[in-house]
Amino acid sequence: MKNHVLRPLYTVIGLVVIVLIVRVFYVPKDFGVHERGYMYGWYRESNIEDWKKFGVKYKFDGDYCSGCHPLNHENIMSSPHAIIPCEDCHGPALGHPDNPAKLAVERSRQHCLRCHARLPYPTSDRANIRGVNPDKHNPDVECVMCHNPHKPSLEGLK
Amino acid sequence: MINRRDFLKNTAIGIAGITLPLAAFEIIRPEKILANMSGTSKTRWVFLVDTYKCVGCGLCVKACKNENEIPYDANVTRTWVERYVITKDGKLHADTPKGARDGFTTSRIELGQGKYEEIRDEDIIKAFFVPKLCNQCENPPCVQVCPVGATYQVPDGVVLVDRKWCIGCGYCIMGCPYGVRFFHPKYHTAEKCNFCYHRITKGLKTACVSACPFGARQIGNLKDPGDPVTKVIMTERVGILKEEYGTKPQVFYLGLDREVK
Ligand code: HEC
Ligand code: HEC
Ligand code: HEC
Ligand code: HEC
Repeated sequence: MKNHVLRPLYTVIGLVVIVLIVRVFYVPKDFGVHERGYMYGWYRESNIEDWKKFGVKYKFDGDYCSGCHPLNHENIMSSPHAIIPCEDCHGPALGHPDNPAKLAVERSRQHCLRCHARLPYPTSDRANIRGVNPDKHNPDVECVMCHNPHKPSLEGLK
Repeated sequence: MINRRDFLKNTAIGIAGITLPLAAFEIIRPEKILANMSGTSKTRWVFLVDTYKCVGCGLCVKACKNENEIPYDANVTRTWVERYVITKDGKLHADTPKGARDGFTTSRIELGQGKYEEIRDEDIIKAFFVPKLCNQCENPPCVQVCPVGATYQVPDGVVLVDRKWCIGCGYCIMGCPYGVRFFHPKYHTAEKCNFCYHRITKGLKTACVSACPFGARQIGNLKDPGDPVTKVIMTERVGILKEEYGTKPQVFYLGLDREVK
């Protein structure tokens, strides 16, 4: 065959070989077809472990806080707010009190209004939570100036 | 004479017409759900959402963003809550401002581009909230379309994204019929809910399940017959989203309405 045909052919074969060699080193050993076959199970297996190692931030353990903040715990447990996990209002607590030493304290009106802005929705439990009209119920004053978030009893108010 | 073009068109419409309603009205049969479960794993993670219990506080969305390091102010989120309001004139109003990260604190419906629609209390006939998250489908279309094997299904059913392997082509984002995928603003790779894989594999609940004060969200193992979530799925009237796509979603809903897409 003529040289001008063979030369490009060698180049192409050379390139394919290089790609194949690079692939052997670049693609990790654990990459391949796994239990669910080529369609759903073609992946790098160690990635599963990578995800398992992703950092947990929320403790969400009701009893954990009570040891050091017994009063807050006791108060809230005897109130309708007992169902709200502490970390919903104070942020992720993993590492506290070592680091972070203090947790956030969410005092904004917006936070209380997530549940207490009145929405009369007949087919949702939202309608069963006592609601206020944010524009009329003491606007511009933080809710926690008058209501104790850990013991939101209406007794003694007014 | 019917020409080729019309013939093909009519056939397509005819088939769509026959299959769609049948699929839409099919009742979920427990033994079918179990038969679908492939593989040797002893675990099949599933999710149960009770739409009656959801009050739209959005604390699940907040917890999810913090737990999974999704930039808090970016308008993307792994889970979100939709609001559906049906008024006396038969109209449906739906919104999810910021994915409900800050909950629903007003009865106005967000229309987008800074516009709002006022809804009068006395006009409401039905109104409810629907939390959404990845369905961890048994037949995930997002995985099928990935050209590099960067997204895949773990034998326990959860669909994960390999951030090192993802090339950011975006096929999976287009391929998901539920719109749960997006680009992570920091890593620029495909991102989605993975049932807090780092938590559930340590025996914890997902952040959204634990954050919900009302028990509207639950996670369970479908292969364990004693699991409370499994019991509900097997014995109560549960619905799934877009059944007609054949993706076999594994997030089940109590109190799903036909308005919910
Ligand atoms: C091992 C004891 C310990 C545990 C457990 C603990 N805390 Fe604390 N917490 C502390 C200490 C110490 C401080 C710092 C008090 C200070 O400096 O005034 C603190 C501060 C706080 C603050 C800030 C108070 C302020 O005045 O700014 C909050 C909020 C808080 N903790 C909430 C929690 C929650 C919620 C939990 C459970 C997830 C929790 N803590 C568990 C010891 C603890
Ligand atoms: C509904 C939201 C909410 C929940 C739930 C909640 N807190 Fe608080 N917490 C607050 C707010 C708001 C303040 C600030 C109160 C103030 O400024 O008067 C606060 C203050 C605190 C403080 C510091 C000041 C103080 O009163 O001692 C601690 C410690 C604390 N909370 C611990 C807890 C613990 C522990 C739990 C769970 C048992 C919990 N909180 C649950 C909203 C909440
Ligand atoms: C996760 C939802 C949620 C959040 C957030 C929340 N609450 Fe509540 N709150 C409830 C529920 C549920 C009840 C009990 C039902 C009821 O009485 O309306 C309740 C009850 C109350 C009551 C009536 C108490 C009684 O004894 O009848 C007050 C006042 C109150 N909350 C104030 C607040 C304030 C102030 C905040 C912000 C710090 C707040 N709530 C945040 C869910 C919430
Ligand atoms: C200036 C003090 C003050 C502030 C600020 C305040 N409240 Fe109240 N709130 C009251 C008093 C007093 C009552 C009981 C009398 C009444 O029903 O008006 C009450 C009643 C309530 C009730 C029970 C309503 C019912 O129908 O029984 C809820 C819920 C409530 N407040 C939530 C909130 C929330 C949420 C905020 C913040 C957005 C807030 N409050 C801010 C003083 C206050």
